[in-house]
Amino acid sequence: MDSKENLKPVLELRSLHKSFGDNHVLVDFNLKLFEGENLVVMGKSGSGKSVMVKCLVGLIQPDSGSITIKNQDIITMGHKELDLLRTEIGFLFQGSALYDSMTVRENLEFPLRRQTHKVADFESTEALVREALENVGLSDTMDLMPAELSGGMQRRVALARALILKPKIIIYDEPTTGLDPITAKEIIELMRNIQKKYHTSSLIITHDVDCARVISNRMILLVDGTNYVEGSFDELSNSKDPKVQAFFKN
Amino acid sequence: MAKSTSIKTRSESFFTEIGDMALFSGRFFKEVFSQPFEFKELLRQSYNIGNRSLLLVGVTGFILGLVFTLQSRPTLMEFGAESWMPSMVGISIVREIGPVIIALICAGRIGSGIGAELGSMRVTEQIDAMEVSGNNPFKYLVVTRILATTLMLPLLIIMGDVIALFGSAIIENLKGHVSYMLYFNQVFDALSFSDIIPATVKSVFFGFAIGLVGCYKGYNCSKGTVGVGEASNSAVVYTSMLLFVIDFIAVFVTDIFFEI
Ligand SMILES: Nc1ncnc2c1ncn2[C@@H]1O[C@H](COP(=O)(O)OP(=O)(O)OP(=O)(O)O)[C@@H](O)[C@H]1O
Ligand SMILES: [Mg+2]
Repeated sequence: MDSKENLKPVLELRSLHKSFGDNHVLVDFNLKLFEGENLVVMGKSGSGKSVMVKCLVGLIQPDSGSITIKNQDIITMGHKELDLLRTEIGFLFQGSALYDSMTVRENLEFPLRRQTHKVADFESTEALVREALENVGLSDTMDLMPAELSGGMQRRVALARALILKPKIIIYDEPTTGLDPITAKEIIELMRNIQKKYHTSSLIITHDVDCARVISNRMILLVDGTNYVEGSFDELSNSKDPKVQAFFKN
Repeated sequence: MAKSTSIKTRSESFFTEIGDMALFSGRFFKEVFSQPFEFKELLRQSYNIGNRSLLLVGVTGFILGLVFTLQSRPTLMEFGAESWMPSMVGISIVREIGPVIIALICAGRIGSGIGAELGSMRVTEQIDAMEVSGNNPFKYLVVTRILATTLMLPLLIIMGDVIALFGSAIIENLKGHVSYMLYFNQVFDALSFSDIIPATVKSVFFGFAIGLVGCYKGYNCSKGTVGVGEASNSAVVYTSMLLFVIDFIAVFVTDIFFEI
């Protein structure tokens, strides 16, 4: 832990507050994501996990608090800079959010269309799309529509789309929810491979204990809108606190 | 008491909505002139809109011409004024009936489609996904659609007018033994620029209204599948209302400028 204190976080949330009317979703939430780690945030359904990550990428304006990504404050940032920063963050949506009027290929090309300078660094759009699909093991679905894919395949295409610009920070919002245990394991395996291959820092939102056990270096529990406890999986799963235990009992 | 507050809140929310829609169109005008332009998507949307409404507008226009002529014939004959038929049908279709009926049809066809499409994209977080990928969804989805309807509606209306006149000519040819040549000569004699230009300008505004309301409703759709249905339904209702308001204003302004 001491060595971590010296590291600079790539992403930091300080004292985040967000309410929808009388519904106080986030009350003083804090989080630091360090380089190269897999941080898991667990919380009950409706506890505000999705709201938190949407604040992170500027989709929701928080009421107060600060958000810094790579030492840049995203709340005060202009539109252009924010769009640029967003290309360095991969975001996997809870419901995949594939563009259903486009083919798989067009879905993957979409994040590239304003990033011509980035594409030039690699060979071509075509090669990038092919590589991204190979990474998730779906090379032969290139010209299918999202509706023609199963839920697990859609999740993998969404993963490929989130990763196509080779972001250094990846945010996964419930990557395994709604999938059967075997497909869920495959997705977790993919996430680990990608982390190994590209040395990314990941923020993983989940309420799947198995997923957390396999992938986490560190965990934060989100309870009542705040970061209730923090620690490794083993520390938290052996905790005596009934609120913490509730997450790990089956 | 309870009833009056509910009317009060309802009218308040109505005016808030009008204000929001004005802001939304303000954003459209701001973004339509800024780089980068989405030409390819604009073409695709224009093609989609034209392609989706072509048959509907054609059939409606044709039947409109047939029915209008059949209905007016007996009355005109009573006054011995059948020879006025082409001018009367021409002027009423080009000035008023054609644009309004076709715009209403397109509000049902195009407006509800846009509302449902953008609404479901909002609900399934596809719009959020576009934003997170560093693209501007307003520009890609909204600006292109509003431009496309604004460009396509005048074309659809002109096409519908022509088909309606053709339908009318068929009846005149069958019942009154007027040759097509004579019929169309008389129509074009009766029409002047003060009929055609205001009607075309009006159709541009109709197209803008259809695109604007459809996009506004879809883009600001509330969560859930109920929200999508609501968005597409209220897009049609609001557009139809707005079309008549625009029509009234257009007639009013035309009256001042051209003294019809
Ligand atoms: N746009 C919004 N407007 C109003 N309330 C919202 C909005 N988005 C989220 N909420 C509310 O915020 C709370 C947290 O929602 P959120 O989606 O973050 O939950 P979650 O922790 O991600 O749950 P799940 O595990 O089911 O995905 C919920 O009570 C929800 O009703
Ligand atoms: Mg969620």
